Amino acid sequence: MGFNLAFYFSLFAVIALVLVPLVGAGAGLHVIFGIVIPYLAGFTFLAGLIYRIVKWARTPVPYRIPTTCGQNKSLPWIKRSLRDKLENPENTIYAIGRMALEVLLFRSLFRNLRTELRPWREYPEGGRLIFWSTKWLWLGAIAFHYSFLTVLSRHLKFFTEPVPFFVPLLESADSFLQIYMPAVYMSGIALLAALIYLLGRRIVDPKLHYISLASDYFPLFLILGIGISGVLMRYFLKVDIVAVKELAMGLATFHPKVPEGIGVIFYIHLFLVSTLLAYFPFSKLVHMAGVFFSMTRNMASNNRAIRHVNPWEYPVKVFSYMDQEDMYRKQMKTAGIPLERDIEE
Amino acid sequence: MVDKSNKVINALKETGFFKPRKIYDGGKVIVGIIILFALVAFPLLYNMGKAAKVPDPKVNTPEIQKLPEKERVCVEPKKYMTENHMKLLNDWRDWVVREGSRDYIGFTKKKYTMSLQNTCLECHSNYDNFCNECHKYAGITPYCWSCHVEKPEEWAAGKLKEEK
Repeated sequence: MGFNLAFYFSLFAVIALVLVPLVGAGAGLHVIFGIVIPYLAGFTFLAGLIYRIVKWARTPVPYRIPTTCGQNKSLPWIKRSLRDKLENPENTIYAIGRMALEVLLFRSLFRNLRTELRPWREYPEGGRLIFWSTKWLWLGAIAFHYSFLTVLSRHLKFFTEPVPFFVPLLESADSFLQIYMPAVYMSGIALLAALIYLLGRRIVDPKLHYISLASDYFPLFLILGIGISGVLMRYFLKVDIVAVKELAMGLATFHPKVPEGIGVIFYIHLFLVSTLLAYFPFSKLVHMAGVFFSMTRNMASNNRAIRHVNPWEYPVKVFSYMDQEDMYRKQMKTAGIPLERDIEE
Repeated sequence: MVDKSNKVINALKETGFFKPRKIYDGGKVIVGIIILFALVAFPLLYNMGKAAKVPDPKVNTPEIQKLPEKERVCVEPKKYMTENHMKLLNDWRDWVVREGSRDYIGFTKKKYTMSLQNTCLECHSNYDNFCNECHKYAGITPYCWSCHVEKPEEWAAGKLKEEK
């Protein structure tokens, strides 16, 4: 168990972010919190993301540097399974397959290991190093990402009129348990549970606690704040949902308007979402776009099959020892330095 | 002239702000950016050219018209009802089904019988212009109507069966 300064800094930063709209929207600055800040945040999100993408795309990667997690394509009699082809792709198609595994199923987190020195009877003074397979991080991450995606897709019902067919389908599957009214969404519970796990592992595990920074805690607290304010709004504090949709539709169609009488909890939720959007391109969260640029994943491992030449390679000017001797033979002779080739008389 | 402009470009390059560099895999990157834009702009593109009608639930049913002007109120104030009616209905269900009590004292101290079918729908008999007006707009499909009948009169007349 441990709480470092980064933990407290992030926690209080998010609390402060809750207080801003609580005071501001409470004081009636609805246009600022309902229109101006969401638009600024949305613009920052898009512009920032494109800035990052273009910056990455401008960085040359002259050589192939994929990680090889399976048998590379080699002599014809060396057998390769589909797993080898996906883990060590020799062409673009398998590289796409590898990326799909990474983006959709978090393949590299699934590889996660925990090392432990266990007492061993045959060697009591030392121990035995064991590599445990641990899938907890993978499970937490996949639960978080997919529930967040579900929650985000469900929110389309506020931004579209009429609501596209897949949103009610998703909703009815999500509220399948039919608990409470309005029906409890499983994705909401999964999102909060996953976030608490992802936060908890940074608190409980001393190694993780030691390497955790404010930029690790802050997004977790921020998304937790968004989730909690959303849950509070839906199930407990209640707001006028029709007015909320009017505001959202106004934002989506660039005819912004602020209907009267929306509770302050909505402005807190919206402000935290705006913060997330504006913070997104400049934080670790930008891995959403960055994952596609991870060159250890997205390149075909064809180093042996194809020769890759650095595009800015040029003939290097060489000045060898013999060139040096040719230039200074006379001086070297005078100084008594031994020569490879003596001065010809 | 060319030399001069080159000099300017070189000076700009030296500042570090101007880096005319190639975009690698430009095609793929542009496709990615277009997908990003399409996802973000989906609501805008989807709503393009459609004017969304803001719902206006009607409370002019004959049963409400019969009441004197002053008594035209729901069991709780209007604002509370817009925001909390689903919660209230859920509580009503629990109180009736699990605790067997049917009496509800409204905010005007008037006594009501807790029943969706007999109390709520007695006044709000216009499902299409009341309940569904907002539910449709907000994309809500409450599961009230998987047991209860939203239009009792039509149902009794046998008109509703084919719709369902």
